[in-house]
Amino acid sequence: MRLTIKDHIRESRLFNERAAIALFAIIILLMFSIARLVYLQIVSHEHFSTLSDENRISLIPVPPTRGLIYDRNGIALAQNLPAFSLVLIPEQISDMDATISGLRKLVAISDEDVRRFQRQLKQKRSFNSIALRFNLNDEEIARFAVDRHLFPGVEIEARAIRNYPLGMLASHVIGYVGRINEDELRDIDPSNYSGTDFIGKTGIERFYENLLHGQVGYKQIETNAYGRTLRELQQAEPTPGKNLYLSLDIGVQRVAETEFAGRRGAAVAIDPRNGEVIAFVSMPGFDPNLFVTGIDVKTYEELQNSLDRPLFNRALRGQYPPGSTLKPFVGLTGLESNKTTLDASTFCPGWYRLPGDSHKYRDWKEHGHGFTTMDKAIVESCDVYFYSLALNLGIDIMHDFLAQFGFGQQTGIDLKDESSGLLPSRDWKRARRGQPWYPGETLITGIGQGYTLTTPLQLAYATAVLSMHGAHTPPHLLRAVGASNTKEAELLPAPMTNVPIKNRGNWDAIITAMSHVVSSERGTAHTIGRNAPFPIAGKTGTAQVFSIKQDEKYVEKEVAERLRDHALFIAFSPPEDPRIAIAVMVENAGHGSTAAAPIARKMIDHYLGGQTP
Amino acid sequence: MTAPSHRASPRWGDRRGPRLLVRGLHLDFPLLAALILLSLAGLAILYSSSGRNMDVVAGQAMRLGVAFTVMFVLAQIPLHHIERWVPWLYGIALVLLLGVLLFGEIGKGAQRWLDVGLFRFQPSEMMKLAVPMMVSWYLADRPLPPSARHLTIAALIIVIPVLLIAKQPDLGTALLIAAAGTFALILAGVRWKYVALLVLAVSACAPLLWYMLHDYQRMRVLTFLDPERDPLGSGYHIIQSKIAIGSGGIYGKGWLNGTQSHLEFLPERSTDFIFAVFGEEFGFIGILFLLGIYTFIVIRGLYIATQAQDTFTRLLSGSLILTFFVYTFVNTGMVMGLLPVVGVPLPLISFGGTSMVTLMASFGIIMSIHTHRKLLST
Repeated sequence: MRLTIKDHIRESRLFNERAAIALFAIIILLMFSIARLVYLQIVSHEHFSTLSDENRISLIPVPPTRGLIYDRNGIALAQNLPAFSLVLIPEQISDMDATISGLRKLVAISDEDVRRFQRQLKQKRSFNSIALRFNLNDEEIARFAVDRHLFPGVEIEARAIRNYPLGMLASHVIGYVGRINEDELRDIDPSNYSGTDFIGKTGIERFYENLLHGQVGYKQIETNAYGRTLRELQQAEPTPGKNLYLSLDIGVQRVAETEFAGRRGAAVAIDPRNGEVIAFVSMPGFDPNLFVTGIDVKTYEELQNSLDRPLFNRALRGQYPPGSTLKPFVGLTGLESNKTTLDASTFCPGWYRLPGDSHKYRDWKEHGHGFTTMDKAIVESCDVYFYSLALNLGIDIMHDFLAQFGFGQQTGIDLKDESSGLLPSRDWKRARRGQPWYPGETLITGIGQGYTLTTPLQLAYATAVLSMHGAHTPPHLLRAVGASNTKEAELLPAPMTNVPIKNRGNWDAIITAMSHVVSSERGTAHTIGRNAPFPIAGKTGTAQVFSIKQDEKYVEKEVAERLRDHALFIAFSPPEDPRIAIAVMVENAGHGSTAAAPIARKMIDHYLGGQTP
Repeated sequence: MTAPSHRASPRWGDRRGPRLLVRGLHLDFPLLAALILLSLAGLAILYSSSGRNMDVVAGQAMRLGVAFTVMFVLAQIPLHHIERWVPWLYGIALVLLLGVLLFGEIGKGAQRWLDVGLFRFQPSEMMKLAVPMMVSWYLADRPLPPSARHLTIAALIIVIPVLLIAKQPDLGTALLIAAAGTFALILAGVRWKYVALLVLAVSACAPLLWYMLHDYQRMRVLTFLDPERDPLGSGYHIIQSKIAIGSGGIYGKGWLNGTQSHLEFLPERSTDFIFAVFGEEFGFIGILFLLGIYTFIVIRGLYIATQAQDTFTRLLSGSLILTFFVYTFVNTGMVMGLLPVVGVPLPLISFGGTSMVTLMASFGIIMSIHTHRKLLST
């Protein structure tokens, strides 16, 4: 206990004294404020009044030019074209509703245009012009010109509009820009976008928005009381967006898209040595130019609801069972984990049965392949061999080894919303399904069926890793920024650790077997091996389609077609010094050798043919 | 100002009825009237500055409603009930501040918010009340003027949360909280030699502080010293707000007629810079009237402090009302170009909610101190 006696009267007096001092200080500070007000509002009133009323200094944002996008050979994929827009300057318009409805009689203006305009009206300064309609055609410009005097504050302005000269080609990679929506507004720096109409919505346009957009500039202008520009005082130039050079070879891309010939599917080609994506195909595509100035609702719904799902990026987001294309990887698992040898052979009677189970797991070849070694199993795609090998390996070894190739995880390509596929494991099944793992599931995992799902991109990447004897170089589309010769380090995910090599001979044997798939008469893809200018190592695959939800309401004939198996083919070339690795998937096209493999061959021929090694 | 007997029940028709009613609700009528007047002036100018946007005005009215409710509720609680919880309140606020540093959400570039499931919460707002309370509580039963040892502990009570908040970084709030705590110390009668020492210490630390500031903060100070150095960036605020106020002249351009602000030359015109809109539209006369209300509130608050019956409530109400003055002075000073641009809102007028609730909570405390006085003494 403290025993100091508090002197309340003294403390109270002390407080009052201090409060009085505080009051004094407050009055002094108020005097300062009032003196300042007298200076601002009375002494300098004239000066500020002049500044305010007669000459208004205002800042006009000058939007930066969006960076262009080129392919690896400098072919333009996205450019800016001048287009004429109908712009309104809000502070010069007294009756906005009347003006808009008047304009609608001259020029086609959709409700969506008006809505977007109203939104911007709230966000921008009233002396900034806001576009109501983009891309006016000559007739509309002429019609407006006649009645122009009726619409003070409305002008026709030439603004740069994004244009994709190749149209549908590579539309899923390039993506498109569109007008900024409210969600996007929240994520961007509003002052940097104060003069910008467009923002990247998908593809490269979206992923590299920051590089492409650039930095806004400002014009400081003096205007009179009516908002007319008197003179320009100062200008801070905008910094244009960076030009991007993609690793895409638009020639290979075009060949692939042509070869699809209207079928649905995806194809991805990667340079295994450096991860550069050479072609990235998702069919069908769409015309990105439709989205730039705002697509109309009907067209959009048609695209959105189309059975072919043209807006869906199959290469990036489509998840398909890898089917037999997984076999080389499973075979390598067996060799590298010492669970089998190259000479060991399995007898294939055309079916396989688990011990103590009456269920017959069938081979695709009804009467079997007979005695089968690893090489033959890959060349002829024997299922029974891989049932037996898978059971021998068990799901745990298979899962851990295959994961090293990137199965079941995003590759980290420079596109948003990549799917991660699925590489099943004991833990995954317990966590997601609450069930133990069954041996039968191990069997079908061995031939790439069951739970396993891969994206075409993932499959191409795993093929690249296999072709490079386990070396990882993450796939990427951006090759250079700025001028075509300046290479700028990009923020790419750290590459996965390379697959450890136990015995290089095992890898060589698998690659040789894959070469035999194409070159041997017995190979499942021998049809594309004929007269091939470049040696190819490959593997065919067929993925069973279980169900496609949206097909259910369609007519039987259609359903039947869409329940057919997906055709798959993975390949790389040349086998001993790979420069291109490919995965091709054609939806509902049956067997890989007839539908998918020819597309891969055409891509390889075009790419390697047009290149000096 | 002695209060009449508490037995008298309010009756309509009685000239003093409404006033007694307010007293019965533990509200201070002069203070309440001035606060309401300020709020109404605020809504009117907000209607103008927002471009006649009724949504904005309604939103602000709702926030005001919440803030006045908080004030009303706090005014009902006698301070001696609160007094023993003060160390807890301070402790919790300190823990939450640490929480913000560790798990806080980044909002507008600074880490100030703590996500508590349903709502986000700014512990630094809590500190605005907790620091003056804790200093007042600590000094309340120490002999005054405080000894060097007590002073050191009181200084630590202030400095620890201030440093934590400055690190978020929220320099404006940190300085205001430092001011609130320091006011409690000065009102407690700290010897002037210590005050002089403090001033010396701070000026000695100034170069170090400059080094610790973030770039944008340094920029603000430099821009204050010479607004023309950055006419497109932060200097733009000051130049435009000076034009707005200066062009208002003696009588102003009239409500809804401010051109500077309506043509959107003036940034932040509904929040930190709303005073410039007021100055443009209501002129020198209008501003004098507005400053008059603020001054009245401060003087009334100081009067209430001198009438308080124990050291705790005296120091607390005194430091809270002086902090209120600092808010007003710093905001108006910054808009008039007297002080550098720091993000301090104009009390009860600027658009925005969090700090308004804290502010009205402090008025609730001040009213409670005043209206529970008699009950304590009997």
